[in-house]
Amino acid sequence: MIRPEEIKMSAEETGKWGMVIDQDICTGCQACVAACAMENNITFVGEVDSGYGRSMHWIRIERFWEGEYPEVKMTPQQPMMCQQCGHANCEPVCPAFATVHSQAEQLNLQVYNRCVGTRYCANNCPYQVRAFNWRDYQRPEPLQNQFNPDVTVRRMGVMEKCTFCIQRIHKAQDTAKSEGREVRDGEFTTACAQACPANAIVFGRVDQPESLVSQLKHRRHGVKHLEELGTLPNVTYIKGG
Amino acid sequence: MSDKQHHAEHSHEEHLREKHLMLDPLPRGKMNEMVMEAMLAKPTWKWWLVFSILAAIVAYGLFYKWGILIMKGQGEAGVMRPDYWGIFLVNTVFWIGISHAGTFISAILRVFKAEFRRPFTRAAELMTTFGLVQAGFSVFMHMGRVWLAYWLFPYPNQRMMWPNLHSPLTWDLLAITTYLLSSTMYLFLPLIPDLAMARDRSTGWRKNFYKILALGFRGTEGEWTHLRHAMNIFAFAIIPVMFSVHTIVSWDFAAATRPGWNSTIFGPYFVIGALHSGMGAAIAVLAVIRGTMKNMSYFIRGEHFDAVGKLMLIISMGWAYFFFNDYMVQWYGGDKWTQQLLHFHEAGPMGWMWFAMLVCNIVVPWAILWNPKWRATPWLVATVGLIINVGMWFERYIIIPVSVTINRMPFTWKLYKPGIEVPMSIGTVALFILLYMIASKLIPLIPVWEVQEGQMAHEFKKFGRETVVTVSELE
Repeated sequence: MIRPEEIKMSAEETGKWGMVIDQDICTGCQACVAACAMENNITFVGEVDSGYGRSMHWIRIERFWEGEYPEVKMTPQQPMMCQQCGHANCEPVCPAFATVHSQAEQLNLQVYNRCVGTRYCANNCPYQVRAFNWRDYQRPEPLQNQFNPDVTVRRMGVMEKCTFCIQRIHKAQDTAKSEGREVRDGEFTTACAQACPANAIVFGRVDQPESLVSQLKHRRHGVKHLEELGTLPNVTYIKGG
Repeated sequence: MSDKQHHAEHSHEEHLREKHLMLDPLPRGKMNEMVMEAMLAKPTWKWWLVFSILAAIVAYGLFYKWGILIMKGQGEAGVMRPDYWGIFLVNTVFWIGISHAGTFISAILRVFKAEFRRPFTRAAELMTTFGLVQAGFSVFMHMGRVWLAYWLFPYPNQRMMWPNLHSPLTWDLLAITTYLLSSTMYLFLPLIPDLAMARDRSTGWRKNFYKILALGFRGTEGEWTHLRHAMNIFAFAIIPVMFSVHTIVSWDFAAATRPGWNSTIFGPYFVIGALHSGMGAAIAVLAVIRGTMKNMSYFIRGEHFDAVGKLMLIISMGWAYFFFNDYMVQWYGGDKWTQQLLHFHEAGPMGWMWFAMLVCNIVVPWAILWNPKWRATPWLVATVGLIINVGMWFERYIIIPVSVTINRMPFTWKLYKPGIEVPMSIGTVALFILLYMIASKLIPLIPVWEVQEGQMAHEFKKFGRETVVTVSELE
């Protein structure tokens, strides 16, 4: 019989890039949500659609509370985004190969051009972090100047989700390559981590044991969400530490 | 034998004749005439009225609204997070279910040589094809970028991209395509002799129409032998196809990581559910054909409603068993999300639908179909059939948009409210009826040769004083 610790993890399962979110210091200020929207050209769906559950964010702050009003006790804020699973549920169910696993970055990619909009991936995502373009949303006049040229603008009928700011990863890799070295941990970070005033979000290489994210990840209070489903997520949450 | 005895004997025979089509033979020519007369009857103003209303509903509800949906996006429908799948997929599963009974009645009853099937195999097979048309429409309505639907098919392309065979949706597409093609062929084969019959009895454009479709069938011994062989192969081959199709439809849900869906019993549960709604629809179609077309009360009688009613009752019991089984096994699993979901089913805002489903699918058929007299009453059985269909639609609604309300991220829980799906769903129903109306004017709805074959096999024989019905094997 094989003991659990004897099972060797493949590269896909350990991952390359990872994130640690410290819920104890997250204030729920939503700066990460705004930064993510700016960085990744996320559209604004408006009040009505947003109220109906069609808000398009790649990261959201989940607020929960315990007890009945007025005896309400807030629990820590929970930022939720694509967990970049090693065994992602979204990937096998897409009939068109529009969501695939990247061999190089060990991330879940979404190929917008290939998406036909069956929405099976979003349905099968246990974290419910995929956002669908329900319409072609209007972007009023001066806002088009704010587009990030490194990120594709998506149109109606395609699925999208957090990419771990893959455009930043690629930029850093290009720089590193031209200088003949590996990407250093902390050389760059994702938009959400950059914007977080409390430094609650840490991003980096999880395959390098000395990196900050790896060390935080192995702290006693680190948990991965819905790990019991075998999704092998690459985001670790720290709570009550 | 006394006169009285003789009389009783005679009236017994009369009684049987009146009851059973197979014991009440008419000459082939007469039956051909009756079917042709029913088909060629000039449409009344009522027919045209219903036709134009349905056509208007199809034009507005189905095509105009679909255009809007394509132009403006899925935001027009009620789908959102977490209900990424809505009524369009409810309708897909529903229509595939309807299309099941066509093949079931025809193929399984043909294989088991159930005599009562003979006059209505055609009407049932048409239901398969017309139901699949609606299922196909519904699944394409659901897609975010339907103009790229061909990417789901394995077609040669420069990038060597194939559909993802890991995805249950790809299995589904292949299964439904197989089913559509094979059921259309299975519809066509027994139609050939009737098309030839129609060809010999019509003039004008109809003559050419039937001439092309009848493929030059003349009714020689060799042609009949080939036809019988082909039909036999298809009848046996299509049964596993039928079972596989709805099992694969269920895997779209059962293979997903969602509470309420991830259930191993879903395959047979969906197959029996499909038969449940399909039988109900078939009997309603029969009642309409009998009630609205000429000469049909000769071919479709109380005995047929009685026989299908028995089947409906048994299938309803089967459905109840699988429903209970599915519920029970999921509940016993003890997963906290599934517990939440099961509680949400009956006590949530859609609880009324959950109870209505049980009433329509179990209480109504059990309360009515046990009685032979009621079972032989066409309008009553047809009403039960329609009620079952309402119940089965509810069942799919509960499985899809109601169940996906509850997931493992409570922050996203939200109830689905349908939007543009409503007129579009009504449009598919209208198109289904419309296709039947057109078919009733173009295709002989009663397979005359099959009825005659049955009548030739049945006869009264006297054994001493007893008159008994015997059936001989023709093939």
